[in-house]
Amino acid sequence: MIAPERRAGLAWTSDACSRVPYRLYTDPEIYRDELERLFYRDHWGYVGLAAEIPNPGDFKRTAIGERSVVMVRDRRGGINVVENHCAHRGVQFCQREFGNGKTFVCPYHQWSYDLAGNLIGLPFRNGVKLDGRVNGGMPPGFDLREHGLTKLKVEEWNGVVFASFDQDVAPLREFVGPEVGRYFERIFDGRTLTVLGYSRQRIPGNWKLMMENIKDPYHPGLLHTWFVTFGLWRADQRSQMILDARGRHAAMVSRKNDGGKSEVTAGVTSFRENMTLHDDRVLDVVVEPWWNGPTVTMLTLFPSLIVQQQINSLSTRHIVPRGPETFDFVWTHFGFAGDDDEMTRRRLRQANLFGPAGYVSADDGEVIELSQRGFAQHPEHRTVCELDGTGTGGADHNVTETLIRSMYAYYREVMEL
Amino acid sequence: MIVVASISPDERLAIEDLYAEYAAVLDDQRFEEWPDLFTDDCTYKIVPRENYDRGLPLATLAFESKGMLRDRVYGVTQTLFHEPYYQRHLVSGFLMRRLTGDAYAVRANYLVVRTKAGALSELYSAGRYADVVVRDAGRLLFKEKLCIFDSELIPNSMIYPL
Repeated sequence: MIAPERRAGLAWTSDACSRVPYRLYTDPEIYRDELERLFYRDHWGYVGLAAEIPNPGDFKRTAIGERSVVMVRDRRGGINVVENHCAHRGVQFCQREFGNGKTFVCPYHQWSYDLAGNLIGLPFRNGVKLDGRVNGGMPPGFDLREHGLTKLKVEEWNGVVFASFDQDVAPLREFVGPEVGRYFERIFDGRTLTVLGYSRQRIPGNWKLMMENIKDPYHPGLLHTWFVTFGLWRADQRSQMILDARGRHAAMVSRKNDGGKSEVTAGVTSFRENMTLHDDRVLDVVVEPWWNGPTVTMLTLFPSLIVQQQINSLSTRHIVPRGPETFDFVWTHFGFAGDDDEMTRRRLRQANLFGPAGYVSADDGEVIELSQRGFAQHPEHRTVCELDGTGTGGADHNVTETLIRSMYAYYREVMEL
Repeated sequence: MIVVASISPDERLAIEDLYAEYAAVLDDQRFEEWPDLFTDDCTYKIVPRENYDRGLPLATLAFESKGMLRDRVYGVTQTLFHEPYYQRHLVSGFLMRRLTGDAYAVRANYLVVRTKAGALSELYSAGRYADVVVRDAGRLLFKEKLCIFDSELIPNSMIYPL
């Protein structure tokens, strides 16, 4: 619990969430409290795609908050998530990103766990006989069942796997809600997914800045030349800003236009009227039947997942906080089992727009780093987040910062700040 | 296995010169000259070792023609907002193999050190090149350049070519 005097020290100017104190991005105590309240309690964390571990024994090491966890497929085909933390001496026993095994064995003293995280054995449990005497061994009442790995609650939703340290967390679909869930199921409708690969970056900024970035439809048509010039995202597009009932999850939904010069490009320094590509296969967009209109849906599932559909490029982006001023950002690009070679090639070509080097996302990491540096200069200052007013709620256009304000309304409630 | 075979010292030096020129072009930030070191039908990819080793096709950047390289140069110099930085390439450990008369498979290690204004130099990327070099109108050029980087966590962003 954060003491009232600490709250008083925050530069909120009112109960509104249109001005966010810089200290929320820098303070180690607030950060630790966020891990407890937003990552380990009451929330679901993204752990991966079921397609990443297709066979019994397949595992993937991943993280919820700062805790390393392992997602594993057991012999019956179910998916378990256990903490990467031996019950004996705390060793992070799993040191590979991916692999396959029948059990987890800690390297230190060889405590062994089954794929559900149950402790199945440990060396010298009953002692060692020497000279007619039994030396050592665990105490008589030692019960293996009390010393398993931490088992997380797990739900798979049409191929996407979430887990929670909180056994009492609300059911996943209820947690996400029908408004944003509808867009989640537009991409993940039960089709088999194929994993195309990973990109990993470490961004020197607070984790919330990335949530905000994908709740901010203001910047894409300004920061990203490709978006405004080629009409992939800009202020004159028909768009919907959709929220769950509590304002924490969101979907930015829009439809591309033809780009080019208009009222919204006047004075926009990133707009390049005469820009043409030497090789435009990168933008060889083919409409897919399941789109049903939108060419772009950007989903934020608070606190750790972004789901991207931008034209034919699809990815999950996983936020892993690493202290108040750093997070890791893991991209998993995917397609569908029904894709032909041409569609796979198209998704891979369009991946040049995204990721740590992408034409419309490399610069997001850059500006986040610069925001974070600015926050350090003035601990008592606050941001201004007032495009389209100071209120919260959805919108039927993209000239707005309402999704960020809505997230902070939820944040203030849960964090009691 | 790549073995050094039937490549004359002159050829070897000429190939090493190409790599030295490549590094100089990038380290001097003469980005407009970078595509000229490739054939028209070149491929250029930057791939995390993780994807490469597991046979996953996703690249950090994947270009399939000199035109796409020119588009990247435009991105680097005109459209991608970034904090400017210097690169310093250290390339070593060449392994060369003749493919056909005028084509060579070349493997080499690289380190790229990044330096931003007002900041200390830092190790930015470590990895290897797995390339195909060809002689085209008398000049050695890259037909394929594949940069496989070990440092899987990219320090924020990757703007300039490796």
